[in-house]
Amino acid sequence: MSRGSTRELAPGRPRSAVVRGLLNVVAVIVFVASAFPVYWMVNSALLPNRAIREQVPHFFPDQFTLDNFVKVVTQPSGTIEFLPALTTSLIVTLSTVLLAAVLAFFAALALSRFRFRSKKTLIVALLVAQMIPAEAMIVSIFRVLDGWQLLNTILGLTLVYLAVVLPFTIWTLRGFVAGIPVELEEAAMVDGCSRFGAFFRVTLPLLWPGLTATGVFAFIQAWNEFLFALVIMQKPEVRTLPVWLRAFVQATQATDWAAIMAGSTLIAIPVIVFFLIVQGRMVGGMAAGAVKG
Amino acid sequence: MSQTDVRLRRRRDLTPLFLLIPAGVVLLALTAWPLIQLVVTSFLEFGRAQIFGAPPEFVGLDNYVDVLTDDEFWQVLGRSIAFCLVNVLLTMLLGIAIGVLMTKLGKGFKLLVSVGLLLAWAMPPVTASVVWGWMFDTDRGVVNYLLTQITGVDFEGHSWLINPVSFFFVATLIVTWQAIPFVAFTVFAGLTQVPPEVLEAAEIDGATGWQRFRMIVLPYLRGVLVILLVLQIIWDMRVFSQIYALQTVGGIAAETNTIGVYIFKVSIGSGDLGAGGAISVLLVILMLGLSGYYIRSLLRQEES
Repeated sequence: MSRGSTRELAPGRPRSAVVRGLLNVVAVIVFVASAFPVYWMVNSALLPNRAIREQVPHFFPDQFTLDNFVKVVTQPSGTIEFLPALTTSLIVTLSTVLLAAVLAFFAALALSRFRFRSKKTLIVALLVAQMIPAEAMIVSIFRVLDGWQLLNTILGLTLVYLAVVLPFTIWTLRGFVAGIPVELEEAAMVDGCSRFGAFFRVTLPLLWPGLTATGVFAFIQAWNEFLFALVIMQKPEVRTLPVWLRAFVQATQATDWAAIMAGSTLIAIPVIVFFLIVQGRMVGGMAAGAVKG
Repeated sequence: MSQTDVRLRRRRDLTPLFLLIPAGVVLLALTAWPLIQLVVTSFLEFGRAQIFGAPPEFVGLDNYVDVLTDDEFWQVLGRSIAFCLVNVLLTMLLGIAIGVLMTKLGKGFKLLVSVGLLLAWAMPPVTASVVWGWMFDTDRGVVNYLLTQITGVDFEGHSWLINPVSFFFVATLIVTWQAIPFVAFTVFAGLTQVPPEVLEAAEIDGATGWQRFRMIVLPYLRGVLVILLVLQIIWDMRVFSQIYALQTVGGIAAETNTIGVYIFKVSIGSGDLGAGGAISVLLVILMLGLSGYYIRSLLRQEES
């Protein structure tokens, strides 16, 4: 290979065509191994359950049908209805995302734009709070909510999810606020803006990347969360989607796999679409917050 | 507002307090307060009778003694640690390998790998467990079919979840499959920080690919790798959703409990909140001990 053509390769890329070919093969293997379960879920959801029960699996939806989705959404048996679970999940998730953004924005301002004595302690407390496993807290949180009559309520679950996502959200947003020069706020204040006016009109618009990253994080946490929802929302009418899925598997005794896969697809699609849309910021944001440096 | 106000902004005032109150109230009510309750309960006799209103009795360290002298606790702990070690090792090795691979691919193949990784990463854990449970289904699972076709050995009707060893094999597949993308992306991001001039210079001096990786790339990545390692240990030690969902799909619960599932079963299943509280406190201490390094290193960056 001539000097000229190797120059065109990205730094670090192997020069031998054979090695590059082998690496491409490995790349395809990694892709198939990563994507196959997702493909298999969608494939099974698009086939009639009869076809799924056949000896030889259908590797493509050659008997394409949307019946499974219709069946899951209009599921008649009372305790395992999909739509109420979807509603609960949507309300809880969106409330968590919105409230987390507002509360974390305020807290992040306090922690990055002001100096006060107990600041360091608060920051340590935030980091420690992130490390407390939910499994350990589940019973005491159940009892606290019970005491406030908040079991089986959307407000109760939303508050729990807020407490789960806030430490990470505040920590990450704080980094983003610190990255915005304070001089911009000062300039706005010189021009007659109040301090809060400066926060909202100058800092907030510049904070979109941070708010997106933390918002996606909160969305995924709340949408996927299983343990708290299982324990706090025990009444069938306030189940969230992950708990619904498990109840559905149990109720059908893991026989109607086509319908179960249709339900799984409906739960997974919003998260997957979200991930694919914001992937660049997501990875950057997660990396900046969780693994800075 | 005048310019003096701008100068005053760094003085002690109550604004930060007001800004912190909303988030602070939520965290105090639903993290700090339950944590205190948890510690208190772990020193109480608190079973079904107390749940229904009998006054709980202070029993000192009895719950801890009971838990620590219970064989099942040690079995569960041992199982959790073994599961954690295997998963962390696999996740880190494969994650690093894929992260390095991504730096060596052309644009198209890199995108292909990224999309695959994102799909695996984005799957909700419960959904992922159910889907893998279906793939490993005894009668009509695609895995049994493919294994029969490829190996010639008859896997038709092979039950994966009924045996604890193969149950954890499936659980390991699910957990590592979902954890690898985060490691791979983070390592890839870390690798792009390594200055290409240094690598080029080493190459001119005759260093082989492996030597360049070991002596230049690894030292650059060390900080990132240690933090990833700590996070993976913490996440895999407390694995809950995947195990619990897989137990629903099939499998013998008693022999496949990990510590998170065990706490849930002792507290909610058997209603022994005192013992559940003691195990929970032990788990919190273990987690904070494990994450001490992570927290310290974040605070160090903070100061610099």
